[in-house]
Amino acid sequence: MLRKALRLFSLTFLALAGMHVHAAEQEVSSTTVLNMPTGVSTISHQIYDLHMLIFWVCVVIGIGVFGAMLWAMYFHRKSIGHEAENWHEHLGVELVWTIVPIFILVAMAWPATTTLIEIYDTSDAEIDIRVTGSQWKWQYEYMGEGVQFLSQLASSQDEIYNLDEKGEFYLQEVDNPLVIPVDTKVRFLLSATDVIHSFWVPDFAIKKDAIPGYITETWVEVTETGVYRGSCTELCGQGHAFMPVVFNVVEKDEYEFWLAEKIQEAEAIAALTEQTFTMEELMARGEEAYLTSCALCHQANGQGVPPAFPSLVGSAVVTGPIDAHLEVGVNGVPGTVMQAFGNLLNEVDLAAIMTYQRNAWGNDMGDIVQPIDVYNYKQGQ
Amino acid sequence: MAHGPAKGVTRWLFTTNHKDIGTLYLWFSFAMFILGGFFAMVIRAELFEPGMQLVRPEFFNQMTTMHGLVMVFGAIMPSFVGLANWMIPMMIGAPDMALPRMNNLSFWILPPAFLMLASTLFMEAGAPNFGWTFYAPLSTTYAPETVNYFIFAVHIMGASSIMGSINIVATVLNMRAPGMTMMKMPLFVWTWLITAFLLIAVMPVLAGAVTMMLMDINFGTAFFEAAGGGDPVLFQHIFWFFGHPEVYIIILPAFGVISEIIPTFSRKPLFGYASMVYATSAIAFLSFIVWAHHMFLVGMPVSGELYFMYATMLIAVPTGVKVFNWVSTMFRGAISYETPMLFAIAFVILFTLGGFTGLMLAIAPSDIQYHDTYFVVAHFHYVMVAGAVFSMSAAVYYWLPKWTGRMYNEAMGKLHFWISFIGFNITFFPQHFLGLGGMPRRYADYALQFADWNMVSSIGAFIYGASQILFLYNVIATIVAGKKVSEPKTWDGANGLEWSLPTPPPYHTFTTPPDASVIEENSTVAH
Repeated sequence: MLRKALRLFSLTFLALAGMHVHAAEQEVSSTTVLNMPTGVSTISHQIYDLHMLIFWVCVVIGIGVFGAMLWAMYFHRKSIGHEAENWHEHLGVELVWTIVPIFILVAMAWPATTTLIEIYDTSDAEIDIRVTGSQWKWQYEYMGEGVQFLSQLASSQDEIYNLDEKGEFYLQEVDNPLVIPVDTKVRFLLSATDVIHSFWVPDFAIKKDAIPGYITETWVEVTETGVYRGSCTELCGQGHAFMPVVFNVVEKDEYEFWLAEKIQEAEAIAALTEQTFTMEELMARGEEAYLTSCALCHQANGQGVPPAFPSLVGSAVVTGPIDAHLEVGVNGVPGTVMQAFGNLLNEVDLAAIMTYQRNAWGNDMGDIVQPIDVYNYKQGQ
Repeated sequence: MAHGPAKGVTRWLFTTNHKDIGTLYLWFSFAMFILGGFFAMVIRAELFEPGMQLVRPEFFNQMTTMHGLVMVFGAIMPSFVGLANWMIPMMIGAPDMALPRMNNLSFWILPPAFLMLASTLFMEAGAPNFGWTFYAPLSTTYAPETVNYFIFAVHIMGASSIMGSINIVATVLNMRAPGMTMMKMPLFVWTWLITAFLLIAVMPVLAGAVTMMLMDINFGTAFFEAAGGGDPVLFQHIFWFFGHPEVYIIILPAFGVISEIIPTFSRKPLFGYASMVYATSAIAFLSFIVWAHHMFLVGMPVSGELYFMYATMLIAVPTGVKVFNWVSTMFRGAISYETPMLFAIAFVILFTLGGFTGLMLAIAPSDIQYHDTYFVVAHFHYVMVAGAVFSMSAAVYYWLPKWTGRMYNEAMGKLHFWISFIGFNITFFPQHFLGLGGMPRRYADYALQFADWNMVSSIGAFIYGASQILFLYNVIATIVAGKKVSEPKTWDGANGLEWSLPTPPPYHTFTTPPDASVIEENSTVAH
């Protein structure tokens, strides 16, 4: 406790000593935060410089205003016998402090304008990635490559509810990070399936709203390889804090290799869809997929949080006819938070999850949903 | 003809007296302040450490939403209406408000509205959970069914605000004593007049927004639903066309209060009275044309984005004028540090810090990094809490002796100030670091690098919260057993017609208008 208190004290002290002190920044960066990151994209440095410019302008004005104020507070006290004067107007100074700030503002607006125009130039991107926000996960599609996947929080519910020790990247780790090549202009086309989300990576200095029914765009050119972490920044419901964005920026050839692998995987899944699985296989795969895709709402034990998230134990849908179950799984329930998973999950995982739901927690329906059933249902619509 | 108040509860239920209604507003807003503060304590307690400890994320969202709604619509706005009720007639030499029965109604519809809003906490679907800005479609298609209670409550609050504003405009324009010309009105009256016009202009816009929500939710329209040809971004445009003037509605009366208090304790007339009036009007005008700076990330065209950036930066000019005027008022005065002055000085310093971060947020490219992070949370608490709430504390200490004829305990007042000041800064200053370091707002849980500052912030919040109990105690102790005072002027440097009245003022004041000489003698405007 004492050590903690000392650390907090020293943090406060460092903060006062200046946000700009690089040595201080280095020392505390592993444990806490102080200032905006300079970042690793072409734009992030410009934004950082703009931020520091305005910050220092504010510091200088602040020293002037607060200096005058503190001077008056000390030297013009009644208790030391200072007599009040009676002046209360001066056209000259009033004009000066109306007009001079306008020039300062113009000096700030100039670099801000050039930077903003550059940020808006999304032309000539080499890679287009479609980003779709859903409660509470991101879906990424490498346009024109046939590669798409979901990216969800990898920190466990046990970590969140303090039943397990939190990992180093608690709430900032995902199962499938986005992979992009270094020194390449990448464009993102953002949208959402339900409510508004917002896609932010501080080190890239990109943040843009993902709005249902709209496509917004932004871009990045990263100059250093590495793993970069971001978050959803528009309130999107109870899982708002639990849908991070993680990028893995790699060398160009490594990216090509990764992409080829992903394309192969997509083809493999297509092949799996035609295969017939046993109950055990589907139950094992289903449990895993259920925990990542469904448990946040319906809970690991299937009991949900009624009334918003109905229990699946003995529920009419899950223990009813398979077609009705497919309808809910594939198309969701309009007007509720139950999403249409038909486009979010592949046929194999959907079939496995449904089989798991029908047979876990004492539901014991004994029937199996095969990937091909899901495929046929989707085709038949 | 002079008579006192009715006996018992009917005095309060049926009152048309501006002082009684002012008192009702002030107590109601304090009750809401405590309630909203309690929600804030739940939020800060949950954020004390990473991980979910006390509540579930779903309930956390209800807390942030209710905290915002209750503080903005229940605590801050009604508190200034209460102050206006008490002070405006006394400041302009009027016997009462122009429309006393409407005055009664505009207060008494408020408690049912908030009762209805708060009751959603006990309903199965839970309270509204979509943030105080209630962006569609989270607040429509994906909202809990209690959203309908929320919409009805907002309608009633809006009606109350509009009635209160019409009353203030009518009073200020029609009920001034002969000789009290517009440019002799105390600045508090001026700021409230301008605020009232803002309210009349934008509350109907808010009503329109929630009505469209109501239609979308219950009657199959699709104003904000892209699938039906509507537009979720339209909601944000409408909301912020209300929402941006709203923040000036909150802060302009606070400017008025500070402009009364600083001259009193500097014993020097307010510097640049006329420019204060013009600056306030300029701020009010600009507030209508900058709304989309809350929406820099929705994908506006670059030209729109540049326009809103430039217009927003312009607000720094009239706001700067006000701050420079306050500092010049203090300069070469004879300053003393009673509790109201301490709060007023803290207001100027902390509000200016909030203004600086506001300027930073106006820069559209940098806003990409600040937007929807704790940097924004820090910014608006510097202007809302250290601005509006500190100015209310200052106002209560400043006028309480006049209202009650009893002096508050100065030592306790100063203690309240210092604990508030320190607690406030411990709570909100570190939130700048959290935001810059990458922590988004409205997060029920956060990554480990944010743990230290969150703990500091929570400790500060508990200190600030506790200091309000001291405030409540001091006010009640003053009313019940404070030292009696009877001289008209509580403060030797005070000016204004209210100080020409006996202390405490009789139930009905200025039943005949004050003489022109009295107005001249007590004028707050330097001659």
